[in-house]
Amino acid sequence: MTTESSTSGLTRTSGIGLGVTLIWFSLLVLIPLTAVLITASEGGWANFISTVTNEQTAHAIRLTLTGAAVVTLLNVFSGTVIAWVLVRDQFPGKALLELVIDIPFALPTIVAGLVLLSLYGIDSPLGINVANTEASVYLAFLFVTLPFVVRMVQPVLEELDLDVEEAAASLGASRLTTFRRVVLPSLTPAIFAGAALSFARGVGEYGSLVLLSGNLPFESEVASVRILSAIENDNPAGAASVAAVLLVISLTVIVILDVVQRRLASGGAPTKVTVGGGGRG
Amino acid sequence: MVVDVAESTLTRHHRGPLTYVLRTFAIAYLFLLVAWPVSLVVTHTFTNGLDALHAVFGTPDLVAALKLSALAAVAATVINTVFGVSISLLLVRTHFPGQRVLGALLDLPLSVSPIVVGLALVLVYGPLNGWFGPALEARGIHVIYATLGIVLATSFVSLPLVIREVVPTLREVGTDQEQAARSLGANEWQTFWRITLPGIRWAVVYGVVLTLARSLGEFGAVKVVSGNVSGESRTAPLAVEEAYLNFNQEGAYALAFVLASVSVLCIIVVAILRRRTA
Repeated sequence: MTTESSTSGLTRTSGIGLGVTLIWFSLLVLIPLTAVLITASEGGWANFISTVTNEQTAHAIRLTLTGAAVVTLLNVFSGTVIAWVLVRDQFPGKALLELVIDIPFALPTIVAGLVLLSLYGIDSPLGINVANTEASVYLAFLFVTLPFVVRMVQPVLEELDLDVEEAAASLGASRLTTFRRVVLPSLTPAIFAGAALSFARGVGEYGSLVLLSGNLPFESEVASVRILSAIENDNPAGAASVAAVLLVISLTVIVILDVVQRRLASGGAPTKVTVGGGGRG
Repeated sequence: MVVDVAESTLTRHHRGPLTYVLRTFAIAYLFLLVAWPVSLVVTHTFTNGLDALHAVFGTPDLVAALKLSALAAVAATVINTVFGVSISLLLVRTHFPGQRVLGALLDLPLSVSPIVVGLALVLVYGPLNGWFGPALEARGIHVIYATLGIVLATSFVSLPLVIREVVPTLREVGTDQEQAARSLGANEWQTFWRITLPGIRWAVVYGVVLTLARSLGEFGAVKVVSGNVSGESRTAPLAVEEAYLNFNQEGAYALAFVLASVSVLCIIVVAILRRRTA
């Protein structure tokens, strides 16, 4: 029908395909998200500000952002260590760890809350009870964001050329210096991308908190819960205002992710990098 | 110099104390955060033998909830697979203006709060005040507080998973074989079915399994759009919450166990397939 090469330009079939997929994507994602922003702006700037600076809402937003930021920092450290152990260490049962890392991604969030409650709730066999406290928010965030940094860093670490590290070591660099000067710079973009996903996931988290945090105002109530209460109180404008704040954060994260992944892909790193963690992310 | 060389060959298999410290940290961390809590669901479910599971499958409303979840998950997976493979092909194999922006926007569902997803859908498809809702309602199409809304919410949250698996694989496979097929006279469909699809089939399978796992457990977005009526629009994850809040801990754990088994099974399948095809 057409002589165009399959790698460039749009043929008639692909043109129709693009049209159909774009309509579906717009109906499902773009138009609804736009509706959130428009509904938020309908009440005017003053209304928006007064909604999001309402004492209870502001506290919830602050807790959400602080929690997501702290947990992301912890993930940057623990995620890199875990990825390192998975790639460079060999021991029996390692395959099991690989599996455990993916569980938080696949487990329904309500179940995640329930399992955390059974170890860190009122009947805790450890005697640690964080249910209905601020700490429970951090715990839930740690659980649901676990895979992101690990799965972003792991493939990059796998592809890393050991010769360079050996060269550094043979030139007298200590293991720590080698890590800091040779390994870490190549991992930074992947760590950053994982951190962005982890932060975004934390900011939007809801399901794992329902049973665990008790959603106590000024204590363990997060932004998503405020949005839900506004919806349930038939206040879509208020819900949309808080949702708009979260949406802007999501958009920022997506932009960061796009820039970082492009740098990863063009920096000579294998194309697999973009999948890696992303696939499970 | 000799010492240096010896040391350098050691870096590959060097087992200093640090190796063991890091290993212990990783194992302890994953055990305390994931493995132990998850294993408790199993023990809680089977404290009274199979009674709890029998109770779940003997309660019509809970069976209905599981069926509804399965239906929504399968529908969302089919939609996202067709959509995901198409858009991946368009992103990798063609050029059009705005391609980069579209590629970035496709990741958006990964970072949007499920509650925001639910709200967004209600604002557009809500039966009373939604942008399109009243018009659809007038034609007898119920979206919000109906199965269609649950399917939409589920499709939204799991939308990028197939794409994120397929796009890199398409890039890796390249176009040599496709071009060879075209030059031998195959049309677009033949090339797709006989060359492109077999080349990306494992990526599609991973994407499908991950989408299924994610879809089955969606909670927040479904909670907003479903109406949460027992036996009608209450999905299995919503029923877990309901059971727990109604002091039916055993039922909550048993239902959670069913859901957790499916999701763990999904990641085991992906892990095995990845290992075999690696």
